[in-house]
Amino acid sequence: MGTGNISHHISQQFNEELETIRHKVLTMGGLVEEQIENATAALVSGDVEQAEGVISRDYQVNAYEVAIDEESIQILARRQPAAGDLRLIVAVIKTITDLERMGDQAEKVARMAIHLADMERPKNQYSELEHLSDQVRKMLRGALDAFARMDAEAAAGVAQEDLKVDAEYDAIMRQMITFMMEDPRNVRRTLDTMWSARALERIGDHARNICEYVIYLVKGKDVRHISLEELSKEASD
Amino acid sequence: MTDTKQTSDTPVSGNTPTHAIDIEVLSRGRNMRQIADETPCLKIQGLNLFYGQKQALHNIDMVIPKQQVTAYIGPSGCGKSTLLRCINRMNDLVDGVRIDGKILLDEQNIYDKSVNVADLRRRVGMVFQKPNPFPKSIYENVAYGLRLQGVKDRRTMDGVVEDALKSAALWDEVKDRLHDSAFGLSGGQQQRLVIARAIAIEPEVLLLDEPASALDPISTLKIEELIYELKNKYTIVIVTHNMQQAARVSDYTAFMYMGKLIEYGDTKTLFTNPHQKQTEDYITGRYG
Repeated sequence: MGTGNISHHISQQFNEELETIRHKVLTMGGLVEEQIENATAALVSGDVEQAEGVISRDYQVNAYEVAIDEESIQILARRQPAAGDLRLIVAVIKTITDLERMGDQAEKVARMAIHLADMERPKNQYSELEHLSDQVRKMLRGALDAFARMDAEAAAGVAQEDLKVDAEYDAIMRQMITFMMEDPRNVRRTLDTMWSARALERIGDHARNICEYVIYLVKGKDVRHISLEELSKEASD
Repeated sequence: MTDTKQTSDTPVSGNTPTHAIDIEVLSRGRNMRQIADETPCLKIQGLNLFYGQKQALHNIDMVIPKQQVTAYIGPSGCGKSTLLRCINRMNDLVDGVRIDGKILLDEQNIYDKSVNVADLRRRVGMVFQKPNPFPKSIYENVAYGLRLQGVKDRRTMDGVVEDALKSAALWDEVKDRLHDSAFGLSGGQQQRLVIARAIAIEPEVLLLDEPASALDPISTLKIEELIYELKNKYTIVIVTHNMQQAARVSDYTAFMYMGKLIEYGDTKTLFTNPHQKQTEDYITGRYG
């Protein structure tokens, strides 16, 4: 299954339907990426207005999910897709669920940004969260690229990045525990920071899920719940 | 949302569905079947067929498993019906046909000189696209083959006719008018009658050539349901233009193109992740 393959149906209309749905997924992905970026920026700078913007835009992400779901169901009902087409639709339905959840996590970060805005800012200006956010956005972008190019090996590479994200999250947790022990007055702020880190870490997990769907789409192999080494092997076979 | 637990009113018929999954191991790929693990019924070996100068089948090799449904799919003129007809030597009747290679039915080559063709066709029944009942009563249609075999006892005959009509899921609809003309039945009923006629003589193999393509959707579903029931007793080989039908009814699917067997395997794999690009192009409606 490669990208060139989508547009070779005898039915021109079916080509267009699949192309449209693929574009919508990528647009939705771009929107989610932007939401994560803005939520993080709001948190780092303490910009309440920007955070509120993220919260109010989450409905757009949800609307994409509903619209793409509906189109996918129409294709299933009317076209009865098989083989690569079927895998594309299944991958799309699953991908948008993960994207929508990423959107929810971005909203969560925006809410924390509002909480944290009127508290004393830490010396490092939340640079650890900013870095974690960069990491998971890179993963998301990589996953969407792999989806757009139908590149299983690239998807496997992105999935590997989740290890770094998890390690970074663990480091933040340890740091936060130390802060709380040092001074109990920090607990509230530290907890909010932890929730934000947690939300970002979850975004990394969702990006990894999308990579797994890309491998399924391209290779027809179910690579969920296996080790990253096995996943890479399956993707390059 | 459906409840995944099996309740007492879950229909349990013929091929008992199993709801349990293997919790110990993830089921990934484990439900895929292998032809090699099945008991073979027919073995087609190096089969070539020529209509005059034109070669219609090229070196076909395949094993058709016993008591399973095997479907042939492929574009018009790909040779799927020709291949099906080879299995009960229907092509012998066509002028200028030359066949080499073997088809083994229970290890005996059906093209061997010692084979009695009438006997072969008793063992390998066939149903065509258009229902072709004889201009006789419903009862006589089913009894026909037995009469040819010399069965005379009325009670035996009644029993066989009833069993065959029941197996063909037609009994309840015709039991009160067994002696009416078969032409009074609907197309779908006629097709099931023809299937009843074919199974009355207890063949080993049933060949179905587009058995539902002239029928409405409800009759089509009845025929498909019947195929599912019949595979408990018979080896079924079906040719169909309707890919969804092949996906629904068959255990194994063979894709043919220009007289060649391109891909043959587990139906689940063939329709979700075919290995050959030509197969993928065909089942997804692409031009190659």
